[in-house]
Amino acid sequence: MTAVRKAAIPVLLLMLAATSIGAQDLASFEERTHTRVLDNGLTVIILERHDAPVFSYATVVNAGSAQEVPGITGLAHMFEHMAFKGSDRVGTKDWNAERAALAKVEEAYAAYTRAKSAVTPDAAHVELLRKNWQDAIAEADKHVANDEFSQIIDRSGGVGMNAFTASDMTAYFFSMPSNRFELWAFMESERFRHPVQRQFYKERDVVFEERRMRIESSPFGRLSEQFLAAAFIAHPYGFSGVGWPSDLHSFSATDADVFFRKYYVPANMVLAIVGDVNPAEAWPVIEKYFGRLPKAPAPEALRVVEPPQIGERTVTLREQSQPIYMEGYHRPASTHPDSAVYDVLAMLLSSGRTSRLYKTLVRDQKIAAVAAGFNGNPGEKYPNLFTFYAVPTPGHTPDEMAAAIRAELEKIKAEEVTAEELQSVKTRVKAGLIRQLTGNSGLALQLAIYQTLQGDWRELFREVERIDAVTAADVKRVANATFMDNNRTVAKLENAPKGAAK
Amino acid sequence: MRKTATLLATLFFTMTALAQVNDYREIKTPPLRKFSMPQPKRIQLANGMVIFLQEDHELPLIRGRALIRGGARDLPAAKAGMAGIYGSSWRTGGTEKQAGDQLDQFLESRAASVETGVDTESSSVSLNVLKGDFDAVFPIWLDLLRNPAFREDKIELAKTQARTGISRRNDEPGGIVGREAGKLGYGPDSPYARQSEYATIASITRQDLLDFHKRTVHPNNIILSFIGDFDSAKLEQKLRDTFSSWQRGPQMAKPDANVKPAKAGVYFIAKDDVTQANIAMVHAGTERNNPDYPALVVMNEIFSGGFSGRLMQSLRSQKGLTYGVGGGVGAPWDYPGLFRLQMATKSETTLEAIAALRGEVQRLVNDPVTAAELSLAKESILNAYVFTMDTRDKALGQRVLLEFYGFPADYFEKYPGLIEKVTAADVQRVAKKYVHPDALAVLVVGKQSAFEKPLSTLGPVTPIDITIPAPPAPPAK
Repeated sequence: MTAVRKAAIPVLLLMLAATSIGAQDLASFEERTHTRVLDNGLTVIILERHDAPVFSYATVVNAGSAQEVPGITGLAHMFEHMAFKGSDRVGTKDWNAERAALAKVEEAYAAYTRAKSAVTPDAAHVELLRKNWQDAIAEADKHVANDEFSQIIDRSGGVGMNAFTASDMTAYFFSMPSNRFELWAFMESERFRHPVQRQFYKERDVVFEERRMRIESSPFGRLSEQFLAAAFIAHPYGFSGVGWPSDLHSFSATDADVFFRKYYVPANMVLAIVGDVNPAEAWPVIEKYFGRLPKAPAPEALRVVEPPQIGERTVTLREQSQPIYMEGYHRPASTHPDSAVYDVLAMLLSSGRTSRLYKTLVRDQKIAAVAAGFNGNPGEKYPNLFTFYAVPTPGHTPDEMAAAIRAELEKIKAEEVTAEELQSVKTRVKAGLIRQLTGNSGLALQLAIYQTLQGDWRELFREVERIDAVTAADVKRVANATFMDNNRTVAKLENAPKGAAK
Repeated sequence: MRKTATLLATLFFTMTALAQVNDYREIKTPPLRKFSMPQPKRIQLANGMVIFLQEDHELPLIRGRALIRGGARDLPAAKAGMAGIYGSSWRTGGTEKQAGDQLDQFLESRAASVETGVDTESSSVSLNVLKGDFDAVFPIWLDLLRNPAFREDKIELAKTQARTGISRRNDEPGGIVGREAGKLGYGPDSPYARQSEYATIASITRQDLLDFHKRTVHPNNIILSFIGDFDSAKLEQKLRDTFSSWQRGPQMAKPDANVKPAKAGVYFIAKDDVTQANIAMVHAGTERNNPDYPALVVMNEIFSGGFSGRLMQSLRSQKGLTYGVGGGVGAPWDYPGLFRLQMATKSETTLEAIAALRGEVQRLVNDPVTAAELSLAKESILNAYVFTMDTRDKALGQRVLLEFYGFPADYFEKYPGLIEKVTAADVQRVAKKYVHPDALAVLVVGKQSAFEKPLSTLGPVTPIDITIPAPPAPPAK
């Protein structure tokens, strides 16, 4: 049987009574939104929008790089890449032959890895095993129908096909003409029914290139990675999301399968569809295809909690490039009652040209080209960082950024914000919600993310109410509890002209 | 009896619906539902101003934009970077009546925005408001369009930002390769490859900005477009009342593209703090208004369309050499584009990647495309075509685009028919006509000591010095 969840309270109407912005328009969103939990535990949301014969979807898996442990960092992201490689029925020329060949690849890789990590490796033997492994890969590749998954979607008119892996989640999305709904349901369920780790080691190279591009060859990437690694001593939020080099060089297709089986269970996934979809016709199709995903218990919650920071930490990179400054303060998870206060703080400090950091550092002192603060670094499911960053203008230093940011933080700790500033923030949050509702694709992703992280897509709308309830006293209290020296991690990139660096 | 029949029918239906599908080819695709996206209303005033109004009542929002002919390409080379200063201080510098900071306060407290910007060919003043604030914000948008003040303090702010950009332009390798490939493709004197320097920024005056505003902002140079929760008849009246008495000004003329591509060969930019080489290949491309355009679109799709294109299949999926590779023959709406490819690979596979990329270019020219490739490319384009007009916003955007570039209003309706007609022979023909492996300038940015072989094994290498020229001495007081 299928459990049907109907909204008990018309949340949007309640919310709009408080905002008086186009109540009837927004209320219609809730009327058009249908939610079901399939027998296997998969939550599915459908929002009807019939302007054009198209729809967008997002599949959000409640697992990201925070589910990794040392040795497999980067594996959540790696699996995300593999989810475009197809299944036992898509992407293969002969599954039986391919399955056998892939098993040999894994055996050969395990043998090679064991020999390589021996206390005194026998170089010739290692090389032989490496070659065996490469030969096994070449054999398996013969059975691959290259990029068939992508080609089927492309040929059917799919657009915007992509995915991302964050600390908190992994998301997959694209848009399709609505006459391809059944084909889409087959393809999207297929890749999570029986994904195949074909071309795994080539794709691992691709992912390593992504690491080189985003992190190793980018000053900002290098600094951000070091910053998080310094800020978290226990929680996986400190791990490199794309993965540490050692792990990217060693994890296996078998590791990816284990990760998949543990975390990609329907009860740990949400599917949101927005567009030209008739629920009466769509539900049987959803049941038929997504019902194939085997039921399994949701993975247990993460145990580790970042302990309170008892001393300031600083990382300094001395490089050829121009200076960058970051500092972060630990704050609670997004489910904490003060979360809305942090959102207000971020907006007061850095949203728009009336924000405090812009006015001081950018506009008036002209010492920074950009100065801002944001929540949720690197995620928000677990306690995370309120992070400030500043890009100095020529001739100015990271230390000047630190001093100017601290001065603003002291001000917000000492004096209550004005009623006018607070009201402006609240008005912009409400308008921001309305603006978020345009576009099928963005909305599908938002609905799926809120359902995943907050347990109910309606939290997207309730958040506005929570922000509306924030007072000036709340802002002062939370600023004082957060912006403390011992709770701070600093990362700065200082310009050391070529040759000066050791 | 009837009951049993119904029951059987239901059972049968259920069984059919639940029958396992093991192959995607078994799934039937019904025809796409016919639909027509509402088109905006077009109005032309006697002074030449064109207005498009598109109602959209789903959300209580109104957005509008004045698109003005004349952009970065119309500015003097000696003032490179002026477009950015102009686009930014136009808004922050406020109007004669109100300073930009006052506008910030007024607009942000209403969650409204009025913004200005400059592109290669145009500038714009846009507004985005909750419908209830339209009447309060419209006069600000109008005042900014017609009477900007370009206050000195905000020009200085924009210049500081521009200097910051210059000082940082060699930090990220992707930025370097993109910029320098453009310069190689167009040649240093083309208005499409200009680069600002400290000296060009320093030379820009408030008068320059006022002059460019005066030169471009005339009703016959402007296309207005509005979309949102309004009544078209009323808004039309308001716009007629506002703009009808405005006098025409001189028409903008397109500058000479002055394309002088660099010689074929290998160019190298040294950058040591990276683990990847960034690679670009470039030569001259074409313009949109070219009868070969549909065949080129199909060729580009086969060559580099998304994950299914040859480049991603070969260099990424099969060889694992890169995270991203792309490019093709560029054909902008009204100026010459470039044939341009770009990728990044680990330093140790730089020459291997160059060879593989060159191999794909050569194959594109030499070998006919297969029937399977042609059908995949055409079906991908045609089946996704619905996404070019799936919102009122896109329908509006297309009409504005066609108006701006002087293309027929039914261009997008006829376009799918042109794609359908493209044959494998057409693709082969345009590949030979527009892709020239021997004319490619190959640019590499990276750490040569880590490459598997020196670049010189490919032939003579021309180094490019990207040292940033020092700022001019401050003017004597």
